[in-house]
Amino acid sequence: MQQFYYDQKIVKNFLYATIFWGIIGMTVGLMLAFLFIFPNYMEGIPWLSFGRLRPLHTNAVIFAFVGNAIFAGVYYSLQRLLKARMYSDLLSKINFWGWQLIIVGAAITLPLGYSSSKEYAELEWPFDIAIALIWVVFGINMIATILKRRERHLYVAIWFYIATFVTVAVLHIFNSLALPVSAMKSYSVYAGVQDALVQWWYGHNAVAFFLTTPFLGLMYYFVPKAANRPIYSYRLSIVHFWSLIFIYIWAGPHHLLYTALPEWAQNLGVVFSVMLLMPSWGGMINGLLTLRGAWDKVRIDPVLKFMVVAITGYGMATFEGPTLSIKGVNAIAHFTDWIIAHVHVGALAWNGFLTFGMIYWLVPRMFKTKLYSLKLANTHFWIGTLGIILYALPLYVAGFTQALMWKDFNPDGTLVYGNFLETVTQIMPMYWMRAIGGTLFITGALIMLYNVVKTIKLGSQVEDEFAEAPALAKISKRGKLVGEGWHERLERKPVQLTIFATIAILIGGIVQIVPTLMVKSNIPTITSVKPYTPLELLGRDLYIREGCVGCHSQMVRPFRSEVERYGEYSKAGEFVYDHPFLWGSKRTGPDLHRVGAKYSDSWHFKHLIDPASTSPGSIMPKYPWLIEDALYIDDIEAKMNTMVTLGVPYTEEEVQSARAQIKTQALAIEKNLYDDPTFAESYEADKANAAANNEAFLEMNEREIVALIAYLQRLGTDIKVTELTTENE
Amino acid sequence: MSVIYILIAVSLVIAVLFFTFFIIAVRSGQFDDAYTPSIRMLFDSHKSSKKNKPKSTTKE
Repeated sequence: MQQFYYDQKIVKNFLYATIFWGIIGMTVGLMLAFLFIFPNYMEGIPWLSFGRLRPLHTNAVIFAFVGNAIFAGVYYSLQRLLKARMYSDLLSKINFWGWQLIIVGAAITLPLGYSSSKEYAELEWPFDIAIALIWVVFGINMIATILKRRERHLYVAIWFYIATFVTVAVLHIFNSLALPVSAMKSYSVYAGVQDALVQWWYGHNAVAFFLTTPFLGLMYYFVPKAANRPIYSYRLSIVHFWSLIFIYIWAGPHHLLYTALPEWAQNLGVVFSVMLLMPSWGGMINGLLTLRGAWDKVRIDPVLKFMVVAITGYGMATFEGPTLSIKGVNAIAHFTDWIIAHVHVGALAWNGFLTFGMIYWLVPRMFKTKLYSLKLANTHFWIGTLGIILYALPLYVAGFTQALMWKDFNPDGTLVYGNFLETVTQIMPMYWMRAIGGTLFITGALIMLYNVVKTIKLGSQVEDEFAEAPALAKISKRGKLVGEGWHERLERKPVQLTIFATIAILIGGIVQIVPTLMVKSNIPTITSVKPYTPLELLGRDLYIREGCVGCHSQMVRPFRSEVERYGEYSKAGEFVYDHPFLWGSKRTGPDLHRVGAKYSDSWHFKHLIDPASTSPGSIMPKYPWLIEDALYIDDIEAKMNTMVTLGVPYTEEEVQSARAQIKTQALAIEKNLYDDPTFAESYEADKANAAANNEAFLEMNEREIVALIAYLQRLGTDIKVTELTTENE
Repeated sequence: MSVIYILIAVSLVIAVLFFTFFIIAVRSGQFDDAYTPSIRMLFDSHKSSKKNKPKSTTKE
């Protein structure tokens, strides 16, 4: 018999972090929900604007709340399932503090506008490296613990943990490949369609291997524990595990249906997405049926109640997912709030409620006491459940309503709702209900915080838990028992060596090969498509900084309703210089791919100062700082040179004369702005005022807004140039 | 679209890696018993009370 202790303090730390970041992440989400209703209640504060807070919300909820919950659950269950303390306390601590530091860094840099714009991977390159390192620390710690285990059999939960580690590492590295311009700015090595494909290969699998597989592992540990029943079918758990991980990785393209992605790739994604229903429901059924004969416990135990709703939510979301992947359904749902409802059923019910259940189960055990109040836990459960329903149902209605309005034609072939805004004002009541649902959900989480704090005060200090188990007897291939010795080490080391060598080779190979391949494939297929001018490039970076992509797509799908509303549908060849791609995934506002040359410069100027002035009733926030702040142009050469490395054909002269080009184009826009008499009057007044007071005055052509206007006016216009030239010929 | 070859290659590498894990796991008898493991995880060995805890035990 060997005697040892389970590390409880690391679990405690991760639990605290889960609750803390959970409430932060949800609060930011609620702030966003209210921005739909009162677009300007954070007027004038750049770092609290919708576009910058949205990535903070998604990252905080996914990587901080769910991430810490994964670590807490894995560190707790892994030790007990393997009958071994974690391999290294130091690695555990690095895992914990490293992860929290990254989160703090994200919470600072995302609101400041440092963003790669790739969804759920917005953090800039130094953080990407830090995430990869900490993730590998977690992996080493887990695998080394598995290697020194005292229980030969690996319980199914552990298989889910291993799959999580391996796949997230690969996805993260591939999707984050970018060429740095400076300490906090980089460009994706992929462009346009390529970038979109990699992004959603990553994005979908972030859902699969960060929000799903680790939580299935947690389900397979905590649900049987809480119900004190073995899982319904261990065989089913094994079958659905292997089928799930083999199918999931191919489903990514369903995020790009009807886009410029080649159709065969779209169809591949659809087929695998539909197949996913089977393994997903395998897990759902296995989880729910574990409670057979224990439903009486569900009636009284809040832990089980949370878990039942969590698994049910998983079942609903994974039924909905394949449904949404069918092209006909996707044509309606994509870009609408239906998708927001879909992900929140997954996040609030599956991830949120399973985490809450786990917390209510773990805290009393670890602090060796009883839960402070069962009544409060039940209240949390009911408020939370009501919150989920009030969140999701209105958004389903909103999604359907808006999509049908977008597609509604008059008998004469014109759009019934030609003004996009009409389709937005129509669903405002739904946004209200969503905000109320979110408020309820977060209220529940706050009740839990109170209950947990009270429970901890009742309990005693968390101590490492004593355990004993015999060492694992080694069985050689001939079936002989061999003691701990050279043979075992020899058997173990190659495993580690192979794993680490593979990782090293993969990283090295990727860094070298991928960019080369990408550059070659960047040969434009449409000759009229030209790289952005220096000013447009800077404007594009502002578009990225402000997170415009969070509400505006740049992808006109080949539907009559969209071509009628926006213009010619988007072609793959138009995006060859887009590092990164900015197709977007949600249309809170209209698509912008054909917005270039549609309105005057003055219109854009007024619209960005106050969107409601040009579009009454608009829920877009004001962007006063774009009008006031100076455009930073000092890194333009570095930016263009980075683009050159990525295959964008800027000549050396173009890079050299970048600042002169910026000046010329900016002056032209400034001149256009004078077309508006009110602008001319107030701007000249400002200028005179500054001169009278002897203050420095920033010319309009040196301000950020000019670059953004330049970019917006360029969008989607290269194709129109072709049409003109062919007409002339 | 050349990136799809990389993605397919990487996906296949992951799939082959998992398949290898799967074969190794089956061969080493991980999945021979589809009943006991589900019961075993319900029992934690630490049930022996603190009194039994020997003082000499060193933390791992």
